[in-house]
Amino acid sequence: MTWDEMAPLLVESTLQTAQMILLSTLFTVLIGLPLGVALVVTDRGGLFPSPTLNRVLGVIVNIGRSLPFIVLMIAVIPLTRLIVGTTIGTIASVVPLTLGAAPFFARLVETALREVGRDKVQAAQAMGASRTTIVNKVLLPEAMAGLVAGLTVTVVALISYSAMAGAIGGGGLGDLAIRYGYQRFETTLMVITVIVLIAIVQLVQTLGDVVARRLARH
Amino acid sequence: MIDVSGLRKVYRDRGREVVAIDGVDLHVREGEIFGVLGQSGAGKSTLLRCVNLLERPTAGTVSVAGQELTRLGESDLRRARQRIGMIHQHFALLSSRTVAGNVAFPLEVMGVEKAERARRVAELLELVGLADKAGTHPAQLSGGQKQRVGIARALAGNPSVLLSDEATSALDPGTTQSILALLKRLNRELGLTILLITHEMNVIKSICDSAAIMRDGLIEESGAIPELIAKPGSRLTAELFPLPAPEPGTVTITFTGQADEPVVSQMVRKFDVDVNILGGVLEEVAGVSAGRLRLRLTGAERAAALTYLSERGLLVEEAPAAERAGASGISVTSQVEEIA
Repeated sequence: MTWDEMAPLLVESTLQTAQMILLSTLFTVLIGLPLGVALVVTDRGGLFPSPTLNRVLGVIVNIGRSLPFIVLMIAVIPLTRLIVGTTIGTIASVVPLTLGAAPFFARLVETALREVGRDKVQAAQAMGASRTTIVNKVLLPEAMAGLVAGLTVTVVALISYSAMAGAIGGGGLGDLAIRYGYQRFETTLMVITVIVLIAIVQLVQTLGDVVARRLARH
Repeated sequence: MIDVSGLRKVYRDRGREVVAIDGVDLHVREGEIFGVLGQSGAGKSTLLRCVNLLERPTAGTVSVAGQELTRLGESDLRRARQRIGMIHQHFALLSSRTVAGNVAFPLEVMGVEKAERARRVAELLELVGLADKAGTHPAQLSGGQKQRVGIARALAGNPSVLLSDEATSALDPGTTQSILALLKRLNRELGLTILLITHEMNVIKSICDSAAIMRDGLIEESGAIPELIAKPGSRLTAELFPLPAPEPGTVTITFTGQADEPVVSQMVRKFDVDVNILGGVLEEVAGVSAGRLRLRLTGAERAAALTYLSERGLLVEEAPAAERAGASGISVTSQVEEIA
């Protein structure tokens, strides 16, 4: 393959991967963040203690986490068809990606929130703050560095998952590597794909580290 | 100002019951600084947390400023807490916020307007001497400065009562004194009633008007400090003025406020006795000078001399004379008895 043949393929695949990651990150945060908060506040001694709900949420999160992504991806195909209308393409892959990453992110959110000192929560209670105020103005802001670090790890995991999503027609760099690198022995393209993936991961990790460090400095 | 009665707190830990507070009454008068002294595990921290209901008492009632908190529902309790300041051993500041942001937090909770908040924050930081640190983050402050921020934050709601949970225990001695001086000043200038818990006698000595000693979930003694000092066999007195265990036949006199009067020398001139001073401690406590002297009195008019001291308002405690060594071989008793 010539460079002129490869370039459009690479650009298109990279954009598809970027789209998958951005959309699934968005939905992962929308689902995983509240789920992680719920895991902390419904725990015994939490702000909204509810042992039953806590156990149910824990089980749901664990189920999501115990399935290898490639299995989860196939298992949720009917759900994907229900939500997106198709099971092929970049948008369709956002459903399994989100379902795979949200429980993972929820656990990281849980860990980050538990790091916030109990005395800070109690101080806010002593001021007469409501429980939602404590979540919004104490727990989340105080855990922000940990949350950003957790999100970085999640996005990196999503990049890896998104490559697998290519295997069932999700498009993106993973799809490119399978079709050209694996099935057609296009070694040059394979090498470039690897380099692009490494660059994306490096970029995400560095960005995440800078933001987290800036938040943690206080 | 603070009335706690019949307070009990029992924790259940895997079926076992742990009694943290076993029936405590506490009365803190308006405008005073009341200190609860006790070792860790004595239950004093639980007691303090029960006052603003961070811990729900198992039994008993808590009233602050005439309002019975134990009867209030969640939203009323939140409103009541806004009028009760609290400071913490490890400051409990929000590290994601600046100094000004921390002080503004309770004002946000109370729904104070932004402009009014800024005005009030500036005023509070001025009050605790941190006006120049408004934009700094707590991580850049020293321990004493952090506690000043904690105090400014606690005062944001114009509280009538301040609860202090070992507020100086994490500070070095010099900083402790400056924080205690600040608390005393706020007590005087704002008429702030302060209930503090501590394991440091120094805190009680430096700023408290009244004190209670707590042990194993119970209050052993409680009252205004000058009264406690004048009480025979007081544990507070023994800890305030540490003297070695009395030798047989010695006399310990405790005085409050009479330190300026030459009572002992007058006694010697009036009665036929000789005085040997074995030890003594003198302290400034609750604004009065008080102390204890360990004396050995000999002479014909010993009994009359001791009566004279009692009549002059001194607490006289006499260690009984040594008995002849009995069969047991134990001859010395350290029991201190009062002679009326």
